[in-house]
Order: sequence, then structure tokens, then C-alpha cells
Amino acid sequence: MSQAIIQLSGLTKDYPMGGETVHALCGIDLAIQAGEFMAIMGPSGSGKSTLMHILGLLDTPTAGTYTLEDEDVSAISRERRADIRNQKIGFIFQGFNLLARSNALENVELPMLYRRPSDPQRKEKAKEALRMVNLEDRAFHQPSQLSGGQQQRVAIARALVNDPSLILADEPTGNLDSKTGQEIIQLLGSFHEKGITVVIVTHDAGIGQSTNRRVIFRDGFIERDEVS
Amino acid sequence: MDYWLTVLRLAVRAMLAYKVRSLLTMLGIIIGIGAVIIMISVGRGANAAIQAQINDLGSNMLMIFSGSSKAGGVRGGFGTRPTLRVKDAEAIGRECPAVKVVTYLISRNVQIVSPKTNWGTQVYGTTPEYMEVRGDWPLREGQFFTAQHLKAGASVVVLGSSVADNIFDPGQAAVGQMIRIQNVPFRVIGVMETKGRTPDGRDQDDVVYVPYTTVQSRLMGTRLPGVVYYIGVSAQSKELVAEAKREVEELLRQRHRILPNADDDFTVRTLDEFAAMADKATGTMTLLLTAVAAVSLAVGGIGIMNIMLVSVTERTREIGIRMAVGARERDVLIQFLVESTTMSFIGGLFGTVMGISAAKAISAVANWPTIISVDSILLATLFSAAVGIFFGFYPARKASRLDPIEALRYE
Repeated sequence: MSQAIIQLSGLTKDYPMGGETVHALCGIDLAIQAGEFMAIMGPSGSGKSTLMHILGLLDTPTAGTYTLEDEDVSAISRERRADIRNQKIGFIFQGFNLLARSNALENVELPMLYRRPSDPQRKEKAKEALRMVNLEDRAFHQPSQLSGGQQQRVAIARALVNDPSLILADEPTGNLDSKTGQEIIQLLGSFHEKGITVVIVTHDAGIGQSTNRRVIFRDGFIERDEVS
Repeated sequence: MDYWLTVLRLAVRAMLAYKVRSLLTMLGIIIGIGAVIIMISVGRGANAAIQAQINDLGSNMLMIFSGSSKAGGVRGGFGTRPTLRVKDAEAIGRECPAVKVVTYLISRNVQIVSPKTNWGTQVYGTTPEYMEVRGDWPLREGQFFTAQHLKAGASVVVLGSSVADNIFDPGQAAVGQMIRIQNVPFRVIGVMETKGRTPDGRDQDDVVYVPYTTVQSRLMGTRLPGVVYYIGVSAQSKELVAEAKREVEELLRQRHRILPNADDDFTVRTLDEFAAMADKATGTMTLLLTAVAAVSLAVGGIGIMNIMLVSVTERTREIGIRMAVGARERDVLIQFLVESTTMSFIGGLFGTVMGISAAKAISAVANWPTIISVDSILLATLFSAAVGIFFGFYPARKASRLDPIEALRYE
């Protein structure tokens, strides 16, 4: 059995909402092994996005522990969370979230800018990441000059550039046609084959079928955990 | 270094993305800094003009006047009691190390007669050193009298330019002419360059100079032998003026046998009073300038803060993206601070250029002296950058404190 990269135990997230408390996650226990290719699924409001935010260290749990690569990250400082996001996690969003005024290469360079600004290989690494998503010829295009699929591939290159151990994709195909979407999922799958843990949050059962494991959420609980 | 370059490039790019808005934002700083530069150059120019006038009165000069007479409680004022003597002046020259040059002077009103006309003026009986004490004062024609003239009691006269202009025709050479002072014939050996009027309107050129000994023997009789109205002293340097004053006072008290608690029978004046007056004027000017600068820069700074707040709101999503890929609070803070500082700094540069041009224009059109100095330019640009940091801090901090999830969701 491979080593668990993510270990959640009793993970709870409550939101105060107009005097009432919404229980977005109710004591989740989940282990994700290094190199897994998995989907987190469920209808909207099931807690999957909240889980994604906590996994991505954009948010902190109300209770429970989250262990990422043997480090308890449930209650660490904002600064440390930023460091981990930068070094261990790559994000892919539904809306691509590229900087509109920067070209593809600069977008890919962005994560390196904050930790290794003087790295002479910065440009090279960004180009290499673009090569991995087959976009080296679009390096100097602005996002507005790229198609949705190309923009998402730039975002994937950006997620890859710091050699993360975990890639979190939040509805990565939501803004794409199904053919392009499939290509993106295949691309993500190829990284899993290289040993990177890939977690996709989606409500698209088709995507779920492409992955090796599906965790289905409902009302803050894990409803099913299927491995194929 | 690369980090800062990249951040700077981002800031410039953000500025260029909204050119008109950035320019309008900078306008407050441009006007503020421009006003500061104009006021500094005009103020410095005026101050330099005043200072030049003071220096014109004589370099490092001390003026020693004899004491006032007192008769039945009526005090006569400076020079009414003849207490200063030639020997005092000579002793000062001999015994006061801080003193460079000594001269002395006796004066009286006279009527002078040229072959053609006559003119009422003052005669100064003095020594050749007078010219040195009065500072750099060239002759228009001929030369000043010499130590030999003084020793011999020669009947030679040097005319002030106003006197020469009044008793001789324009273009006529004055040197070599004979004139009469109190019926005594004198040969004109020089004419002074025009010095102009003192700040109180007295014409410094309406005077004639004659060796002291000649005045004593030929024009005053021997009523008060060796008496002078005034001793002029030039100190070794500007710094030694106070020291010279102390030495002179000590020496004269000794020579005049004044008891420790008694009043001096003489008065020593320096040009410090004038200099102090000028400093006061400059101080007022500086205060005014500072107030204007502070108000305009504050207004400019608030403009920058306002636009930066708008910018932070508009770019919430961008901030969210940056945070998601690992930007720390301080990275975001620095980015927005650099942006506001760049904006105000560039505004400051524009303002400096504008201020210099305006100051030059004032100089040319109004014939008003202006001095543009490097330090005022440096001060202005540094200050504009400081305004950017100060007023950019609040918006930048607001940006850095955003919640990444909220920021990413922002439409």
C-alpha cells in the first residue's frame, strides 16, 4: 500500500449564515494516497467545494485535522499556508483564472515569482511547463487571444511549474465543450501517471468514470467511496 | 532584484492600462511638487539677492562707534562724544588677532567747487584700508589714495560717482581735475564705481574721500586731534566676527580705563543684525512654503489613496489568483505599495520638470532671480515617493488582507 499524502480525520467546517450555522462538512475521514487520480463528486451544496478549499489551504477547518505530507496543516499561519500552496499544490479552476494583462508565459511564471524571483531558469521552467501542455507556440499570447481549452492548458502549466505533489482541479471542464474537456481530463490523467496526485472536483459523472476513485458527497458527509 | 524589477514592471503596466486615470491621479502630486519647486527657487533667489546686498556692505565687517554724550540727562546718540582715537584703531590692528584690517573715518559736510559748478556733500577722512573693509569695490577711474598720501597729508580726493556726475560733464575725465573743498584746492585722483543706495535710501556714492591726515590738518583745524567718528574692522573670517568683536571690546575697555561695572563709551556693531533679519524673512518664506507643500501634497496623496482603493476593488480577482498560487500578504502589500509609489514618484518627476520650467519663465518674464538647486529637486522627488508610500499603505494593506476564497469568487 502506498503512503497517504492526505489524511483527514473528523474534518468539520461550519459557516455562520444569518444567525444559523451551516454545517458544510460534518466530520469527514478520508485518506488520499500519493499518486491517486480521483474525483470528488456530489450535487451543489454537498460540501465538495468547501473540501476543495480546505485541501487547497485556501480555507481552514472548524474542527478536525488535515495532514498533508505528514504535516498537520489544520491550524497554521496564513504565511505558511501561502508557502505550501506555492510549493506543494497546483490549482486549476473552472474559470481558468489567468491574469488578463499578462501573456501565457508570464502567467506560468507567476508561482515562481514569489519564492524564487532570481532563479535564472525561471523562463526555461515556464517554457518547459508550456511544452508539457503543448502550448509552447502560444507563449506570448494574452489570455484573450487563446481559446478556452488553451487557457485551461495555460492554467495547468501554471499549476505544474513548481513541481507540486498535489493538483486540485475545481470543475476544470465546466467552461469547455465536451471534446476539449476530455482532452483536459486526459492531460490531467497523464500527470497522475507521472506520480502526481490529482484530485478533481466535479459533478460530471463522465469525468468521474475516467478517474480511478470516486468519493461522492452529500450534505457534508461521504456517501460513497468507489475505487475502480 | 529580479523580484523588484518584476513588481515594478507590473506597477508600470497597471498604470499604463489606465492612462487617463493615472494621469488625473498624478495631477495633484504634479501641481503640489511643481508649486514646491517654484516656491523654493523663487524664495532662494530672493534670499540670495538679500544676502548679496548685505555682503555689499562689507565683508565680515564690524563697526565701532564712539559713545553718546550725556548732558543733564539728555543722551546725544552715537558719535556725539568723541571717545575714539586714531591710536585706538592702531591698537586694534596691533593687538587683536581676529582682526584682519582696520580703518577709521571722520566725516563732515562740505561744499565742493569745481571750475564749472558746486555741490554740497560729505567728505570722509579715512585711510587706504577703507576700501578693503568695505569689500570688493572697484574704481571707475584712476585710483584710491595710498599710504604715502595719508602720511604726507596730500591734497588728493577720490570722488563718489554721484559727486563726479554732478560736478563734471558726462564723458569728461575727472582724474587730474582740480576742485576746491572749503576753499582748499584738491587734485582728483580717482572716481569710485557706482555702489547704489543702502536699504534705507542713503546714496553711498554721494561722498568724497580724502586722506584722514589731510582732513585733520586742512579741513577740520586742530580742534580735536586724533579723533575719529568711526572705526571699521574686517575680521579674519566670517566665523571670527564674534571673536573679533569680543577682542575689540576688551581692548577698548582697557584703553579707555572703563571700570568693570561701568557702561562702554563705544558701541561695536556687526552685520549680524542684517543677516538675522534676512534669516527671519527666509524663515517666514520657508514656513509658508512648507504649509503650501503640505496641503497640496496631502490633497494629491488622498487622490492616490482614492484611486488605489478603486484599483484594489477592481482587481480583487487578480489578488485572489496571486494568493492561490502562493503570494503572501507581504507580496500583495508590496505590489500595491510599489504601484502607488511609482505613480506619485512619476508625478513628482513631472511636477519637478514643470516647476523648473515655470521658475525659469518667472525668471525671464518678471526678471526675478530664481535659484534651482539639486537638493530641492531631490527633496521634492523623495517627498513625492514618500507620499505614495504613506497614502498607498491603507489600500495596499486592504488588498493584502483579502480572503483568497472571497477574492477568487469576486466577479
